[in-house]
Amino acid sequence: MTGETLLEVEGLRVEFGASVAAVRGASLSVARGQTHCLVGESGCGKSVSALAIMNLLARGGRRGADKLSFAGIDLRGMSDREMARLRGDRMAMIFQEPMTSLNPAYTVGSQMAEVLRRHRGTSRRDALDRAAELLGRVGITAPGMRLGQFPHQLSGGLRQRVMIAMALMCDPELLIADEPTTALDVTVQAQILRLLAGLQRDLGLAILLITHDLGVVARVAHRVSVMYAGEVVESAATADLFARPTHPYTRGLLECVPVPGKVKRDQPLGSIPGVVPKVSPGFTGCGFRDRCAHANEICAGDIPRHRTDGDHEYLCRLPRDWAHAA
Amino acid sequence: MLRFLLRRFVVALLVAATVLTLAFMLTRLSGDLAISIAGANATQADVELIRKAYGLDRPVIVQFFDWVGRAMIGDFGESYFFKARTAALIGERMPVTITLGLTGLLIALFVSIPMGIAAAVNEGAWVDRVVQFIALLGQAMPGFWLGLILMITFGLQLGWLPISGTGSWQHYVMPGIVLAFTAIPALTRLTRAGMIQAMSSDYIRTARAKGLSRASILLKHALRNAAIPVVAIAAVQLGFMLGGSIVIESVFALHGVGFLAWESIGKNDFPVVQAVVLVLAVIYVALTMLADILNAVLDPRLRTA
Repeated sequence: MTGETLLEVEGLRVEFGASVAAVRGASLSVARGQTHCLVGESGCGKSVSALAIMNLLARGGRRGADKLSFAGIDLRGMSDREMARLRGDRMAMIFQEPMTSLNPAYTVGSQMAEVLRRHRGTSRRDALDRAAELLGRVGITAPGMRLGQFPHQLSGGLRQRVMIAMALMCDPELLIADEPTTALDVTVQAQILRLLAGLQRDLGLAILLITHDLGVVARVAHRVSVMYAGEVVESAATADLFARPTHPYTRGLLECVPVPGKVKRDQPLGSIPGVVPKVSPGFTGCGFRDRCAHANEICAGDIPRHRTDGDHEYLCRLPRDWAHAA
Repeated sequence: MLRFLLRRFVVALLVAATVLTLAFMLTRLSGDLAISIAGANATQADVELIRKAYGLDRPVIVQFFDWVGRAMIGDFGESYFFKARTAALIGERMPVTITLGLTGLLIALFVSIPMGIAAAVNEGAWVDRVVQFIALLGQAMPGFWLGLILMITFGLQLGWLPISGTGSWQHYVMPGIVLAFTAIPALTRLTRAGMIQAMSSDYIRTARAKGLSRASILLKHALRNAAIPVVAIAAVQLGFMLGGSIVIESVFALHGVGFLAWESIGKNDFPVVQAVVLVLAVIYVALTMLADILNAVLDPRLRTA
């Protein structure tokens, strides 16, 4: 079962109004039971892509795609009502803001139970039993007591655990986690990541993990997609990506990460000059060309998508071995 | 929470005491009470006699504490004009005013909450603009004017509803609508603003991610949070309505406390005026406190803080 494609996205486009193209033809696929990391800097369209997949875009966001399928179901023509039947049941999502993502007016138990009640018609009592079981599974002690508590009585780390447990209520096939650890402090971050990795192993869950932390990627991802200015510029198996980064942006990104033993005292860390461009609809060519040391006039035209052995894809005019041949 | 309530209670008592003093002072400032009680044809000797009989010859401070002392045990003295116990007069008129106030509040809530939700869901669209226009109109329209228009239309021309008196439930329909209009603009705007804020919050995104139905998202998750300020303000608005019923009750000749106040002001029947002002003020203060308690009940963050 593992390895079979669960979520397949091709040519995903999201626009807000006439002036912002947040996602421009992004493609990625998530295999069953695997963790796929989507990385990139703030504003590159990672979160918007995830929300677009779930059809949760804020008002004013328009979505289009050449292909958007989940477990063989075409999500493109689905009404919001039909989509709601899938969300929370077969595909779940957790967010970056654990402090505000739970409703302050209801208890943890009631918010968790309603997922199962909605999708399975389970009785309140059985749904609460399942909620308690899952709170225990995500490492919360005294789950019975927590069920009766309100969100403001829990810490950020606990709230994110509750969000994770809530996402698991219906045993989903896919969990989209949008920077689930960004708002938490470092020790809690590690716990949450370990928890997600454990859940994935034990439940055979596919995870689309959005992050900008390459350290996280190296630890948990089976496959990585790097996003830049609304496009997936490179996608590869994790080890392959770290060993042979090909897109100039990916290379730049990896140079920004301090590696113990490699960083010398008094030597500045790498950084990519310039800022992410604001991209409007109708923009053509490579989004990275203004910041790229290898850019030439070809980069303003259509960029070929290279696919090399072992499913390593990248979007650049440069040949596959340009960096490694030297 | 208990400390918070206790502090609110002390403040409420202080406000009530202030109103008590003001009510007493204002009636004394409106002229020589003995002369107005005695009437136009009374001789100087009659006035002196009345002044003595009603204790108006005593120093003001003594009169004040005497009145306060009696008021504490519910004795507001005797009405000069109605020749009846003031407490009894108010007690017998109170049900009319409370019925009217609650009718007005219910109408206001039934109109403003759905309007506010509809406006919020269709923010910026024509529904929203219509609702905002109605709210503006309601704010700008004087109650007595709306009352007269309703009377002419539904009472005189169409003959559907009685235009004055207290006989049946139909008598409360028009005054209830007029009174509701004093609260509808504020409650509608508050519901609209609260719903817009709630609908763009992270927990609504979570509710959508959970695949909940639209009804559950709107009415269970968003309205529950948007309703917290609405409920609190509704309690305060009820206080306004009970106090503001003076105008409406006179327009529709409803024999409530407001009408009693209007009559006794005209007759300079100061024990009644003092008592009505005090009773309405105390109700208002109590409702404000109730609003705080309701807030705490509805918002779990306040309850356990």
